Amino acid sequence: MKDILEELESRRSVARLGGGARRIEAQHARGKLTARERIELLLDRGTFEEYDTFVQHRCVDFGMADQKVPGDGVVTGWGTVNGRKVFVFAKDFTVFGGSLSEEHARKITKIQDMALKTRAPIIGLFDAGGARIQEGVAALGGYGEVFKRNVVASGVIPQISLIMGPCAGGDVYSPAMTDFIFMVRDTSYMFVTGPEVVKTVTNETVTSEELGGAKVHTTKSSVADGSYENDVEMLLETRRLIDFLPSNNQEGAPEWPSFDDPGRYDQSLDTLVPDNPNKPYDIKELILKVVDEGDFFEIQAAYARNMVTGFGRIEGRTVGFVANQPMVLAGVLDSDASRKAARFVRFCDAFEIPIVTFVDVPGFLPGTAQEYGGLIKHGAKLLFAYSQATVPLVTVITRKAFGGAYDVMASKHVGADVNYAWPTAQIAVMGAKGAVEIIFRADMGDPDKIAAQTKNYEERFLSPFVAAERGYVDEVIMPHSTRRRLARALAMLRTKKLEQPSRKHDNMPL
Amino acid sequence: MFSKILIANRGEIACRVIKTARKMGIKTVAVYSDADKDALHVEMADEAVHIGPPQAAQSYLIAEKIVEACKLTGAEAVHPGYGFLSERASFPKLLAEHGIVFIGPNPHAIDAMGDKIESKKAAAAANVSTVPGYLGVLENGTEAAKIADEIGYPVMIKASAGGGGKGMRIAYSRDEVQDGFDRAKSEAKSSFGDDRVFVEKFIVDPRHIEIQVLGDKHGNVIYLGERECSIQRRNQKVVEEAPSPLLDEATRKKMGEQAVALAKAVGYDSAGTVEFVAGQDKSFYFLEMNTRLQVEHPVTELITGIDLVEQMIRVAAGEPLSITQDDVKLTGWAVESRIYAEDPYRNFLPSTGRLVRYRPPAEGKDGPITVRNDTGVYEGGEISIFYDPMIAKLVTHAPTRAIAIEAQADALDAFAIDGIGHNIPFLSALMSHPRWRDGRLSTGFIAEEYPDGFHARAPEGELVHTLSAVAAVIDHIHNARKRHISGQTSGVPVAFAKRRIVHLSAAEETLSTPCEVEAVDGGYKVQIFDADGTAGHTHLLRSTWKPGDVVWTGTIDADQVAVQVRTIPNGYLLAHRGIATKARVYTELSASLAALMPKKETAGGGKELLCPMPGLVVSIAVTPGQEVKNGEILAIVEAMKMENVLRAERDGVIKAVHAKAGDSLAVDAVILEFA
Repeated sequence: MKDILEELESRRSVARLGGGARRIEAQHARGKLTARERIELLLDRGTFEEYDTFVQHRCVDFGMADQKVPGDGVVTGWGTVNGRKVFVFAKDFTVFGGSLSEEHARKITKIQDMALKTRAPIIGLFDAGGARIQEGVAALGGYGEVFKRNVVASGVIPQISLIMGPCAGGDVYSPAMTDFIFMVRDTSYMFVTGPEVVKTVTNETVTSEELGGAKVHTTKSSVADGSYENDVEMLLETRRLIDFLPSNNQEGAPEWPSFDDPGRYDQSLDTLVPDNPNKPYDIKELILKVVDEGDFFEIQAAYARNMVTGFGRIEGRTVGFVANQPMVLAGVLDSDASRKAARFVRFCDAFEIPIVTFVDVPGFLPGTAQEYGGLIKHGAKLLFAYSQATVPLVTVITRKAFGGAYDVMASKHVGADVNYAWPTAQIAVMGAKGAVEIIFRADMGDPDKIAAQTKNYEERFLSPFVAAERGYVDEVIMPHSTRRRLARALAMLRTKKLEQPSRKHDNMPL
Repeated sequence: MFSKILIANRGEIACRVIKTARKMGIKTVAVYSDADKDALHVEMADEAVHIGPPQAAQSYLIAEKIVEACKLTGAEAVHPGYGFLSERASFPKLLAEHGIVFIGPNPHAIDAMGDKIESKKAAAAANVSTVPGYLGVLENGTEAAKIADEIGYPVMIKASAGGGGKGMRIAYSRDEVQDGFDRAKSEAKSSFGDDRVFVEKFIVDPRHIEIQVLGDKHGNVIYLGERECSIQRRNQKVVEEAPSPLLDEATRKKMGEQAVALAKAVGYDSAGTVEFVAGQDKSFYFLEMNTRLQVEHPVTELITGIDLVEQMIRVAAGEPLSITQDDVKLTGWAVESRIYAEDPYRNFLPSTGRLVRYRPPAEGKDGPITVRNDTGVYEGGEISIFYDPMIAKLVTHAPTRAIAIEAQADALDAFAIDGIGHNIPFLSALMSHPRWRDGRLSTGFIAEEYPDGFHARAPEGELVHTLSAVAAVIDHIHNARKRHISGQTSGVPVAFAKRRIVHLSAAEETLSTPCEVEAVDGGYKVQIFDADGTAGHTHLLRSTWKPGDVVWTGTIDADQVAVQVRTIPNGYLLAHRGIATKARVYTELSASLAALMPKKETAGGGKELLCPMPGLVVSIAVTPGQEVKNGEILAIVEAMKMENVLRAERDGVIKAVHAKAGDSLAVDAVILEFA
C-alpha cells in the first residue's frame, strides 16, 4: 500500500519539474520565473491546489507520441489571495514552450468553468509560444473554447491577464477579452503577428520590443493596463489589485478596516486650484488626499494621461476614480481619454464598484486628427458608459466643466447621484473669451466693450452658482471637506437600486 | 513704544518679526506682491498691503511703496528683515523724511559698513584685526614679493576688481609670488579690464565666525557671542551654530570686544553682525559687517535667551538697552539647518512648485531639547520662482553640541516635505558626518567632503537593522489588516509565514535581513536573524504609526527614531539620516525568487535631456548630429535668476533639439534627444 502512495509522490515530483532542470535554469537566465514559482508568489502560502497535474496531450503526429510531459505546458488550479478564492492558470514555458494543445486548452477551460461556477476571479499567466503547430486545428479549436468562456465570464467574474513572456498569435485574444492586462517590462511582448511575418508581409523591420513590448502597449496601443519591473513585482502588485476587486458581480467590493478618518479635512486642498485658470495642477494630489491612507491603484497610468483612472478606498471599501488631469493637455477629452475612461467606468459598473468623478475639463479636443479618428463615437463611449451605470456615482467639479464635456463627465443629467462643485468651479458652455466673441461678434472691433462683456460673462457663468441655482450641482463644497463629503455620499448611496429596462443587450457605440 | 509696525519683507523672516511684535502687543502690517497673495506672512499680520507684481524689483525693493503702505495703515515703524531694503542707507533716510522709524541701524552706520574697502579701513582704525596685507596697488612682482615676505606665507594676490575666483593666485613661497603676480594681473585684465592687483595673507582652511552685536541710541553696544557658519555651499551658508566649536573664552572675548569697538566707532545702534574669517589656530580677521538681522540669528537667540527682534524694536523706539554685557550668558548649544527648495541629487538645482506636503517636526521644549522652526510656508502653499528658495530654518538647542546635533538629526528625519525637491537628505547626511560631529570645520567643508556632489547614503552598520525593523513592522501592520478583508473563503484560515526577509537597496547591492515580528503589549518585538539563521538581536519598536502616515516616529529600544516612509510598488522608500533606501519585505520564498530577478540599468543618462526645473532657456550649446562627450555643456537654463548649466551625463550623439534660447520650459520638458 505504501509504495502505491509513494508512486503518487514520485509522479508529482516529475510533473513539478515541468520541462526539467535545464529548461528551468534557462528560464531563470532569461530573468523569468517558472509557472509554479509564479503561482507560489501570487497565492497565499500553501493554498495552491493543482488540478490536472497528469494531463498529457494526445497528439501522435510529427513524433509527438514520444514527447509527453505531465501537465502539458500549463499549470492550473486554485488558491487564495489574502484568504479570497481565485483561479489560476499559468503557461509553462519550459514545457513545449508553453504552446497550446487541445488538452492544454481543456485544462484552462476546466478552470474557467470552475471560476465562473463558483463566481471567483481568474488570473491567467502568459509565457508561451502560441498554438502547438503539430496539433493543427485541434489547437485552434482549443483557443476558441477558451475565448468563448472569456466572453461568457466577462462582467461576471474579474479576469486578469499577466503577460510574463511571449504572447503571440492565438494567445493574445484571450487576454484581450479579459478585464486587465499587465506586462513585465523587457521580458514580455504581445502581438498578433511577430517581427518575422511583419518583415515578410510589409517589409518593415521591427524588434519584438518595438512591435509589442510593455512600453508600446502601455503608452501607444492601450492594450495593456500597466507594466512592472519584473515577475516578482508584478505578482505581488497583482495581489494588491485583487484586494481592491470584488470576487464577482454580485458580492460587491471587498472591505477592510480603514486606518484613515473618513471625516479627515485636508486644508491644503483649498489651494489646489491655482488662481490662474490657465495654470495646471495635479489632480492625482486630490485623489491621493481623499482616498484612505493615500493608497491608489492606477489603471493605464501611462496612456492618455489627460485622464486618470484607478482604484482607491473610502472607509475601507473600494471606489473607482475617474478624473480629468489638468497637467496633461489641460485635461481635455480626446478619443484616447474617452475610451480609457469608458472602459474603466464599465468595469466598475459591471462589478458594483461606486465611481467618484473629478471634473476639470475644458471640452473636447478640436482638430482633424480627432474628428477623423472618430472622436464623436469615442466620446460617446464615455457618455454611454456613464449614462448606463447603475452604481453610485458621485461627482466633484473642481474647476472647468465646459460644453458637452460637462454633460459627459458624470453630470447630474446623465445619472450621477450626488454632484458637488468646489467654489472654484466654472460650469459653462465655454470659456468667457470664446463665449463673448460669439455672442458679441458685432462688437469685436471695440476691445473695451468686449473686455467688459467678458468680465460680465465670467461673473455670471464662470462660477458654480448658476448650476447650483438650477440644482445641477447639489451643493457647493469647501475643497478641504471633500473626503468627508465623499464618504458620506457613498455611505448614503450604498443602498442605491436602479434597474435598467430589460433588453438583450445595449448597442454601445463601439 | 510703537503701536503698529510694518514688515517690509516676506517669507519666514516676516513671520518671525510678526511673532515678536504680537508678543509685545504691537499690531503688524504685512506687504505682499501678487505672488504672495496667499502667503503665510499675509495671513499672520493684522493688516496687509499689496505692493505690486511678483518681481522684487517692482514690489519689495521699492521704498516708496513701503512708505505709502505705512501711510495707508498708520504704521509708525518699519522692520526691514534681511535682504531687500534692509541694507540700503537711502531707505531709512526716506522713512525719516516721512516721520517713520526704521527698525535697524542709522543710515550713517549702514553707509560706513556698506563699502568693503571703507569698512576695512574703519575696522583697522578701530584696532580690529584685519587680514594682513597691502591694500595699495602693486607695481611689480618684486614689490609684491617684498610685501609678501613681511606678511608671511602663504599669501593671496587678488585683483582689485575681482570676484568669482578670477584673478586670484595663491603663493606659498617667494618664488611663486612673481609668477602669481603676472598671472593674476593678466587674468584681471582679461576678465575685468582692470589689471590692478593687491596682496594679502591667505588663510588656510578658513572658518567663518561672526559676532552678534547689539547697540542702542544711547551709545551702548554689547556682543552676544558668536556664530560659526563654516558649512557653506558656493558661499551660501547651509548650517550655522552657536557657539563655535573653535573658540575659547579668551578668543571669544577678544573678538567680541573688537566687534563692539567697531560698532561703537560707526555709532551702531541696532542688531548687527561683524563677520570674521578665522584660522584653525584661532587667529581671526575682520571680513565685513552686516548691518541687519542675520538669517541665522535664531541660534544666538537660543543660547542667550534674548529675542533679537524685540531688542531691535525697543532700541528703535529709543529705549536704552536693558541688558549689559555681564547679563549675557551663553547657555548650551544651538544648531540651525537651512532647508532649501533645491534638489541635492541634481546638483542642488532650485526646485519650485507646490508644497504637496509640508509637515515640520513638533516645535517646543521637550526635556533638555528645544526645537524651533522658522518658516513662511504651509502645506498647499507655493515655493515661487521669484524669491529665495528657503523653505524653513530648523533650529535645535540642547545642553551640549553633541546633543544639539543629534536633536537636529532627529528633527530633520521627522520633517516631511513632498512636491518639490529639498535638501533635507543632504542636511541629514551632514548631521551624521564624523568631521562635522568633531567640529573640524572650514568653509571648504562641503567642497572637500562632497567633491562629486551629494549621493544618498547607503544603509550601513546598525542603521541596517533599524530600517529593516521599521520596514518589517510596517509590513506586519499591513498584513495584519489584510487578514480582515471581507469575502474570505471559509474553512482553514490562511497561515501567513512568520519569517520575513527585509531587502534594503544599497548602491550596488541588496542588504538582506531575516526577521520575525511579533505584536507585544504596546509595540512590536522584532527578532533579527543572522544570514545562517541563528537568532541575533531583538528590538522593541513602539510607535503610533498607521498606514498612510509618511513619518514613522517612535522608539526602537531606548532610542527615539523618525523614518520617512513613502509607498513604492511592492515596498517602501525609507529615508533616515541621509539614507534613502527601497525596503521590500519578503517571505523566504519570495526573497529567494526576488534574488533571481535581473538587475536592470536604472534610468539616468536617458535618451532625453529634460529641463530640471521650470525656467528660461538661455542657450543651447549643441546642434543635431553633434557628438558630445560626458560632461560637455548641452544647454543653459535660467531659473530663479540662476543660470544652470546642463551637461551630458554620457557620451552620445544629439538626435534632435526641441528648445531654443528664450523658450520658457516646464520641469521635465524635453530639451533635446540623444540618438
